[in-house]
Order: sequence, then structure tokens, then C-alpha cells
Amino acid sequence: MINIRRLTKTFFPNTPNEVQALRGIDLDIPEGCFAGIIGTNGSGKSTLLNAVAGTFEPDQGRILIDQQDITNWAEYRRASLIGRVFQNPFAGTAADMTIAENVVMAMRRGCSRGLGLALRRSVRDEIADRIRSLKMGLEDRLDNPIGTLSGGQRQALTLLMATWLRPRLLLLDEHTAALDPKSAAQVAELTLEIIRREKLTALMVTHSMQQAVQLPEHIIMMHKGQIVRQFGGQEKARVRVPDLLAAFDHVRRREQLDPAVAEILGRQYV
Amino acid sequence: MTLVIGAFTIGLILSLLSMGVWISFRILRYCDITVDGSITLGASVAAVLMINGWSPWTATIAATLAGGAAGFATGVLHTKFRIQELLAGILVMTALYSVNLRVMGKSNVPLINVDNIASPAAGMLTRGTGGADSINILGWPVPIPDAAMLITVLVITVTVALIIRRFLLTHLGTAMRATGENPQMVRAQGVNNQAMIVFGLVCANALVGMSGALLAQYQGFADVQMGIGMIVWGLASIIIGEALVAARCTPGLALLGAIMGTILFRLLVAIALRWGLNPNDLKLVTAVFVFAALVLPGAVKYFVQKRTKEKIHD
Repeated sequence: MINIRRLTKTFFPNTPNEVQALRGIDLDIPEGCFAGIIGTNGSGKSTLLNAVAGTFEPDQGRILIDQQDITNWAEYRRASLIGRVFQNPFAGTAADMTIAENVVMAMRRGCSRGLGLALRRSVRDEIADRIRSLKMGLEDRLDNPIGTLSGGQRQALTLLMATWLRPRLLLLDEHTAALDPKSAAQVAELTLEIIRREKLTALMVTHSMQQAVQLPEHIIMMHKGQIVRQFGGQEKARVRVPDLLAAFDHVRRREQLDPAVAEILGRQYV
Repeated sequence: MTLVIGAFTIGLILSLLSMGVWISFRILRYCDITVDGSITLGASVAAVLMINGWSPWTATIAATLAGGAAGFATGVLHTKFRIQELLAGILVMTALYSVNLRVMGKSNVPLINVDNIASPAAGMLTRGTGGADSINILGWPVPIPDAAMLITVLVITVTVALIIRRFLLTHLGTAMRATGENPQMVRAQGVNNQAMIVFGLVCANALVGMSGALLAQYQGFADVQMGIGMIVWGLASIIIGEALVAARCTPGLALLGAIMGTILFRLLVAIALRWGLNPNDLKLVTAVFVFAALVLPGAVKYFVQKRTKEKIHD
């Protein structure tokens, strides 16, 4: 279970480039819920994800995972609770190292790393077994550098690595956006399969309305650093792409009104 | 023959330096100039301890630890105080110049009539040959002290290389290798990449310190100037080594490449000096070599691509 309380972040404060990326985000994601975040460019959806992952310190607010306050935890420390897949397929793996070496690092995510030999026979077999489930033929290429794989294969592996040890929270940052349509569909399917099987709590940022409608069970809509709308339960089950577009349109029209008159006229005209 | 034995001995000693530079430059992808200071630190610590009656082995270990401390300083300057990597190295290297003078008390400490690390081996060889003053290696007579030094440094270098190889295959070593390649990924897997950089620099400079201690014992003195340009020599050795083995390969092969590259580089230097290269020009030649080795592969690729493009347009 994730609780986010009044989270704010301003980049480059008191300069002409000041960006209020997050303006008081309040969000609760119950245990086992797969939530998707959509929003326009610069709406703060990736910033929100990065705040949870710990890539920067928020100005204010709290982040709790299973009642544990992780706001002041360093990024690497949060890895004991959080598994991550990045937009860039190259970001989640070390290209010059082999498939097995990459995976074995994920097998110790958040654990201590000692002077034991990393790739024992039994560990290799375990890796091969689990990689076989991807049905990509990678189990025979354990000793190939991971850089020789396609983007889709790398992203599938990163996803497998992020969930190798069951994370309390899985963060997906537009993880299919940089892939060709076929690989994107494969990775999306794999994502859903893993999340359902392991009953994971997950937070996914996506650009694609289609994906937001298809994959997650809860949709969070962001605009200018705020959560403007959420679709959950029955409403989420009924929602289609045109409904999301209409909701965005609604937000934009509301924004064009002067903030002062918006309060008075908003209900009547928009 | 003296020339070949000498090149092999210095090559093996400097292999420790090359392996250290390989760890910082290739594994951590950190250009660490501390090396120029930490090799002298290793040499001066070992020399001073030895003339004060310490055993060569403990003196060498102390020099290794001193080198590690220098690496720690650079790592902390870079990670905790966010000083650029080159500048962090330059600061520590510059500071070490004064430290080295303080350690030695003067600019040069000779090691005359002091037991060195090869003395036990020399004793054994003398007894083994029944008191001869030279032994036969591949048909050439080699003085006992030179042969003993060669054997000793061979054993040390091979042992150290095997330990490093083994370390790089452990969980910790795997994480260290990934740190240089993809810090973002390593953090996402729960590794403190900053701490890993510091630890890597400690290991790298410890090796360099050990190399300095052995070098001082081989050449019979420690000198405050001896570290100048060592980083470039190390890079040159690594680059030659990567030409001998594949550039992308297992850690064991890469270490073997670094050792072979260093020895080959020392042989080339010895031959060039024999052919009349002015020793004063050596560092210039080495720098030009490293420059060429870094730039040529890319330049060749560029021109080949350009030519194939022109052919297509024709």
C-alpha cells in the first residue's frame, strides 16, 4: 500500500525557469492495485514516479510504503521495496555484462552483497529456468552481453529482473514507449501477466491512452503538477479512450478561464 | 638478455599499476590521476619503513594500505564533496607530493644494503645452485638477484591477478563492474553506487601503492619524481593489452591482457631506448601513442564509412 501526502516539488526555484512540477499530490494506492498515470507533457507524471523512486528529494510531503515513511531514504535504499523499469531499454541493464550477470544482480536487489561467487551452477540453472518462461530463447544465451539483445528483449528482461524478488511496489516509467509496436505489445502483455500472477502493487506512467484503458485497473489523470481526475472500479471498467480525451478537454477549458471567475462561472459553463 | 629480463621484471611490477588503472579507468570508468601520486607514496612508505628495519613484506603491505588511503581521499572528494573526478585526482596527487616529501624527509631515499622482497628467493636460489652467482635461463646466465626478483614479482603479480579476478566474479565484484557501466541501474538494484566508486578507487590505488613499493625495491631507491606520467604509462599498457585480447571479454582475460600489455610495453620501451631514443623524449612518445590509440580506431571507422558512402553515391 502506497500513501503520498501533500507532495510538492519545484525545480529551479526563484529563477525564470522555475517549474512547479508537483503541487501538493495526495494519492493512496491500495495493496495489489495496478494504477496508471496519464497526463500531458510536463504534467508531472514522470516527476511523481521519480519522487517515489527517490531520484530527487521533494520540497514537502511524505511518501509511505506499507506505513513505512521512505521520504528520506536514498534511492538505492528504496530498491529493497521498489522494482523499476525505465522508458529507455538501455537504462535498466548493463550492456557489456552478460544476461546472467545482470540477472544475478537483481536476485540480490536490496540485499547485502558479499564475497560469495555470484554465478554458481545452481544459480545459473535457476536463472535459465525463469528466463525460459519469457519464451524468447534467451536461456541459451546466458553468457552473451545483454547489449546484443533487442530493445524488446532487454525490456522484458528488465521487467523480469524488477520482479525477481517480489517488490512491494513496481514502478513502470513509460516502459513500452521506446519499443516497436510488436515488442511493445509483448512487453505490455508480460507486464499484465506478472502483475496479476504476483498480485503486485504497481504504478505505471504511460503516454498511450489505449494502454491506460487496457492495462491498469485504476487511472490517475495529471495536469500541471496536480491530480485532476481518477477513474477506478466500475467507472474504470467502462471508460474508453474518447472518455479520457473528453476529460482532458474539460480540464483544459476550465483552465482557460480566469482563476477568479472560474470559481463562479465554472459550474455553469464548463 | 639483461634488457629482456629487466623489461619483464619492471613489466610485472607495473602490471600491478596497470591492473589498478584498469579498475578505475575501465571498470569504474573513472579517470583517476591520483595514480601519479599514489605510486610514489607506495614507494616512499616502503623505502622509509625498510631502512628503519621493517621486513620488506610488511613494508610492502603498509605501502599497499597507504595507496588505498590515497584512493579513499580521491573517492570521498568526488562523491561526498562533489568535486569533478579529474580535479579530485589532481588535488590528491598534488597534496601527495608534499606528503611523499614528508614521509621520506628528502627527495630521494636509496635502498642500499637493505634486504628486499626478493632476498628470500635469492637465498634459496644460491643454496639451490650451490653458491653460484648466476643461473641459466633459456641459455643465458642471469645474475641471482635479478632472477630472484623476477620470480618473486611473477608470483606476486599472478597471485594478485587471480585474487582480483575471483573478486570481480563475486556478488560485490559484479555490482562494482555494473557501477561504471550503468549507475542508474545499479542504484535501482539497491547498490550504493557512490560507496562503490570509493571502494573501487581504494582497490585501484592500493594496487598502485603495492606497485610503487616493488618498484622502489627493484630499482633500489624511492624518488619523489618517480610517479610523473605513470597514469599515461598505465593507459598505454591497457590499450596494448586490449589489442592483444578482445576489448569486450571476461574479467580474467582482461586482467591477462593488462599484464601482457604492460610487459610488451616495457619491452618496446627497452628496445626503443636501445635503438637510441632519447630517454627525455619517452613521455612525449608515450603520450602521442596513447593519443593515437584512443583516436585512430574511431578515425579509421569514420573514413571507411565515408568511403563506402561515396561509393554508394557513385
